[in-house]
Amino acid sequence: MAVAPLTETVLRMHGIQKSFLGVQVLHGIDLELRAGEVHALMGENGAGKSTLMKVLAGVYQADAGTIELAGREVAFAHPLQAQQAGVSTVFQEFNLLPERTVAENVFLGREPRRRGMVDADRMNADTAALLDDLGLSSIAPRRRVSTLSVAGQQIVEIVKALSYDARIISMDEPTAALAEEEVELLYGLVRMLRERGVAILYVSHRLKEIFDLSDRVTVLKDGALVDTVPTEDITPDELVRKMVGRPITSFFPDKLPETSLGDTRLRISGGGNEQLDGIDLEVRAGEIVTLAGLQGSGRTEIAHALFGVARFTRGTVEVDGKRVSPRSARQAVRAGLALVTEDRKAEGLALNQSVAANARLVLDAVLPRQSGRRAKQIPGILSSLELVSRGGDQEVRFLSGGNQQKVVLAKWLATDPAVIVLDEPTRGIDVGAKQKVYTLMRELSARGVAILMISSELQEVIGMADRIVVLRDGRIAGELPAGTDEEAVMQVATGQVTS
Amino acid sequence: MTTTAPEKKATRPGVAVAARLFGGGSATVFALLVLVFVAILFLNPSFFEPPSLMAFAKKAAPLVVLAVGQYLVIVCGELDLSVGSLVGAQVVIAAAVIDGQESRTVPVLLLMLAFGVLVGLVNGLVVTVLKVHSLIATLGMMLVLYGAIRLWTGGAPTGALSEGFRQVGREGIDMPVLRQLPWALLVAAAVVVVAVVFMRKPFGRTLVAAGDNEKAAAFAGVRVWWVRTIAFVLSSVLATLAGVLIGGYAGVTAQVGEGLEFTAITAVVLGGVVLGGGRGTVLAAMAGALTVEALFTLFNQLSLPSTIRPTVQGLIIVAAVAWAARERRRPFLPQS
Repeated sequence: MAVAPLTETVLRMHGIQKSFLGVQVLHGIDLELRAGEVHALMGENGAGKSTLMKVLAGVYQADAGTIELAGREVAFAHPLQAQQAGVSTVFQEFNLLPERTVAENVFLGREPRRRGMVDADRMNADTAALLDDLGLSSIAPRRRVSTLSVAGQQIVEIVKALSYDARIISMDEPTAALAEEEVELLYGLVRMLRERGVAILYVSHRLKEIFDLSDRVTVLKDGALVDTVPTEDITPDELVRKMVGRPITSFFPDKLPETSLGDTRLRISGGGNEQLDGIDLEVRAGEIVTLAGLQGSGRTEIAHALFGVARFTRGTVEVDGKRVSPRSARQAVRAGLALVTEDRKAEGLALNQSVAANARLVLDAVLPRQSGRRAKQIPGILSSLELVSRGGDQEVRFLSGGNQQKVVLAKWLATDPAVIVLDEPTRGIDVGAKQKVYTLMRELSARGVAILMISSELQEVIGMADRIVVLRDGRIAGELPAGTDEEAVMQVATGQVTS
Repeated sequence: MTTTAPEKKATRPGVAVAARLFGGGSATVFALLVLVFVAILFLNPSFFEPPSLMAFAKKAAPLVVLAVGQYLVIVCGELDLSVGSLVGAQVVIAAAVIDGQESRTVPVLLLMLAFGVLVGLVNGLVVTVLKVHSLIATLGMMLVLYGAIRLWTGGAPTGALSEGFRQVGREGIDMPVLRQLPWALLVAAAVVVVAVVFMRKPFGRTLVAAGDNEKAAAFAGVRVWWVRTIAFVLSSVLATLAGVLIGGYAGVTAQVGEGLEFTAITAVVLGGVVLGGGRGTVLAAMAGALTVEALFTLFNQLSLPSTIRPTVQGLIIVAAVAWAARERRRPFLPQS
């Protein structure tokens, strides 16, 4: 933590209220940002963080309350007004044109002109200057945005924000899509902006980031302000308690006593395809194996290979000792596999369909004759997952991220899988739902299910694993036992050591 | 308000059923249907005498059948423009092959069914295997059928349908009060009932899921290409059935079936079934078809020329889709 300088307050939001369709989601929130601070905004999903951010960004207009910028009251009717006043927002989903260049994106809608034509040279030079200023000269202004990594695209968003002379930048879960080493890059950028006196509102679910980066933290719960405290005066446990309103004794639940290691349920031998090579992997009944590695190291590719997306062209896969070679998700399900996909909205749910329809989709698709009978257990599964919904008829798009994930889990549990692959199962869900996912994993493993978990969050990779398999460049770089520290995992993942 | 289960229904079962039937944005179409009927009643009270209502049902039946077929294709995220041409082709083929001979009726019906399945399979496989957008694939099919029929008949259909063939579209069961219960009404009602049941079965659910989110459906084990192909086959089979009704009702002309694909699409979108898939119900599609047909009846009452129909359909399609899109049309969102 840098010395928190006593600096001017650049933003003062007071008594902000907002309702949608008669449901009040913000109950009089107060928030102050100081120049040169990283101010974390925390809360479970549905606590009102995004809404508050969007009010600040001019996407939504507050029903009541005031916003003061540098002492002057403002009201943003439009995001552009906010941007011109020096308030920029980097949303989780980027607003970039993938087929245009970095410079074209940064200056979109206000390109420098010469004799009526876009002055491309000046635009590129200006962008290069902005990038240089941040020490990011490795990104060429003429490069097409679609060729950049996620982190690169995020940088473009931030550069775009800075080009408006932003005094306040809010970031919505900026690390959600980043791999571990890209996170460091972002941290560096955030710290640099802080030194320049920019106020940063930082929304994240990851406690570690909050403590690494922020100077103060504001906690929201159910649309109300819980507290704003200097980060150094609070412990992670206290922070979680403020968010959930109850103490969480141990974040990762212990293994259930009846859990015992059984026979091998999933065995991949010499698995390979265009992205993967020499994958030897075994998961036994009652075992939780976690796959760690950087973005693009082949973690998700293993899940996809099992589900026929880009299947193994070399090697063999066995489930419960039987050779299977799934060419499709359907065959994978038949073989006893289940896959909770990485991207819940794009790959996991039919958002306009009901909770009930989504929860029985795998049964309907793969076991149509039994689906009526087996769907009867779904209500029980949903209630054991503590799903909060208005009923089975509610469309899943109206559920929070955590509850949506529970529907995805229920859909797969209904098939009684031998092996369940969980790809980023806790991404973007609140602390309470995360806990539920971890508890569920322990229960499944006690029932003899083999679990393969893919995750970018090292804490859960280590916290839940019986064994940690680290991937690098499509190959297994090493295997580490339970209880390894984060550093050791990163060293293997980045290739500093081989184990 | 925790842990609710799909079985938990509203306390009054009637309300839950009504919500299910008319839910999904389709209440509007039922209101519209009532409105049009009220307007007709105002202009011509005799329309509501049972025999003339039956005549209306007979006339509306083919469109209901076509709308159900179109619904199946639209709900899984595609579109079928070939149904109008297919209706025309089937009627012309039937007339030429039957050539007025009663004994050929049943074999020709089977031949039509086979042709319908073939057309649907081609549509479906071109879309799912060759990855041609359904708008283009079925537009192509529409032109191929249209041209082939004209090439074959030289512009003037030959032959004649048998009396037996024409029964279904034209006749009915004689009875008091109604005077005649049209076969066509029974056929359309049966199609709707079967379709409603079908959509509640596992296959129907996977069809909707494929239309809502193709990727999620595929990861859940849905054979997306297969369910879509089946939807096209069903659409063509229902178009064949509509052809039988229309041939019986209106007889054989070179123009038969022309433009029906657009009327069917109008009916379906008017029913609140969203283009692009995943939303809407069979009953709403049926209500859409009845509304369109009632609207045409209203135009007759107003002595408007029938040439106004395409214009009205055009307006309805755009208005209905715009209405369905209203919730996606917020003032300005930098990120949706």
